[in-house]
Amino acid sequence: MIEFVLDSRSKVNTYMQLVQQVKQALRVGLLTPGDQLPKVRDVAQSLAINPNTVLKAYRELEIEGLVGGRPGVGTFVQRTLAGASLPNQAELRDDLVAWLHRAQAAGLTAEDVIALVETTLRATLADDAPQKEPA
Amino acid sequence: MDMVLEADRLGKRYGSTWALRDCSLHLPAGRIAALVGPNGAGKSTLLHLAVGLLKPDAGTVRVFGRSPYGDTEGLADIGFVAQDTPLYRDFTAAELVVVGGKLNRRWDAALARNRLAQLGIPPDKPVGKLSGGQRAQVALALALAKQPRLLLLDEPVASLDPLARREFLQSLMGSVAESGTTVLLSSHLLADLERVCDYLIVLNASQVQLTGAVDDLVAGHRQLVGPRHDGGAIGGVAAVVRASHTDRQSTLLVRTDGPVTDPAWTVRDVSLEDIVLAYLADGSTQTSHSEWGVAA
Repeated sequence: MIEFVLDSRSKVNTYMQLVQQVKQALRVGLLTPGDQLPKVRDVAQSLAINPNTVLKAYRELEIEGLVGGRPGVGTFVQRTLAGASLPNQAELRDDLVAWLHRAQAAGLTAEDVIALVETTLRATLADDAPQKEPA
Repeated sequence: MDMVLEADRLGKRYGSTWALRDCSLHLPAGRIAALVGPNGAGKSTLLHLAVGLLKPDAGTVRVFGRSPYGDTEGLADIGFVAQDTPLYRDFTAAELVVVGGKLNRRWDAALARNRLAQLGIPPDKPVGKLSGGQRAQVALALALAKQPRLLLLDEPVASLDPLARREFLQSLMGSVAESGTTVLLSSHLLADLERVCDYLIVLNASQVQLTGAVDDLVAGHRQLVGPRHDGGAIGGVAAVVRASHTDRQSTLLVRTDGPVTDPAWTVRDVSLEDIVLAYLADGSTQTSHSEWGVAA
């Protein structure tokens, strides 16, 4: 079971924050098919948010085929976003950690690293199909 | 869509002063609606009319299709917590649960006791000796024990500290998720409302300034920043809600009816709070200018 957190300073609206957190958990393998999402009532209560917002987020995930509702039981993960890349992630992460230490030694701040990653990502992956992130 | 509350040109007058005037609105079932406006805007008057404590002087108000004034049968479906949560202060919470059972046709005492136990409210202490937050929770538990289909809350969190306010909204959202009750709550605290409410009614100077689903309202308003604007039409703009100008630049909060594509304008999304403040500011300047007898 995952626990949702909200970023009150984020411009992203509440229901989209919930959608993104589930997707993030699916990507890193924190949620796998068969896992149950927190009950609507529990999310509404713990975050003090409108239950309709939680329903809207779960419906969006359902439309994308990532989760499915079982009436009277709850909402369950049907598909993962981790795909075949998940087993490779540990190794890539080790490489990244080593690289970050080198960046630090070279005098880059966290902001420098993020800026470098973002520009390089755009330049390197520019030929790929444009990735559409919801606003 | 099922309408829980409908008002048509509703008005209430105290002496020669209209506390509420020409109020027309609908509240669809299953919504959690915010009734927003400054003090004296008519929020409490509207709630009192909806629960039948006041008789309209003009127009009509209907709750579940019935006129609430003098309708004791319809009352069973309405829960109401008035401002400052008035309870019999010498009674204990446990006693109030018993009293509620005697005074109401439909009453789930077990539900109330469960809620109060979960919140750690002492059953044997006079509620007058409880903290403000605990008293608000007792009032909410009693209102929910009625199992109302419409819950009206007048400034439920205004007098609570931030922690008690959050705890109150947590129990409210949790119980609404379970019961599907339609909620109308008045408040002048905007920050709490954006996450809690999905429907908005803005009252100012006894009149409805704005009403609708929050998603639609946020999608239908934009902030435009551009060169000084003299009031001409802008493509995609249905109405300018609020405008401020410097000698070169204009900042407009507008209601849109299409995409604003004019490159002269920088278009920004707005929050619910931006919209509410723009409508409230707009209403108050209009009133004061007409009251002082000068041109706006």
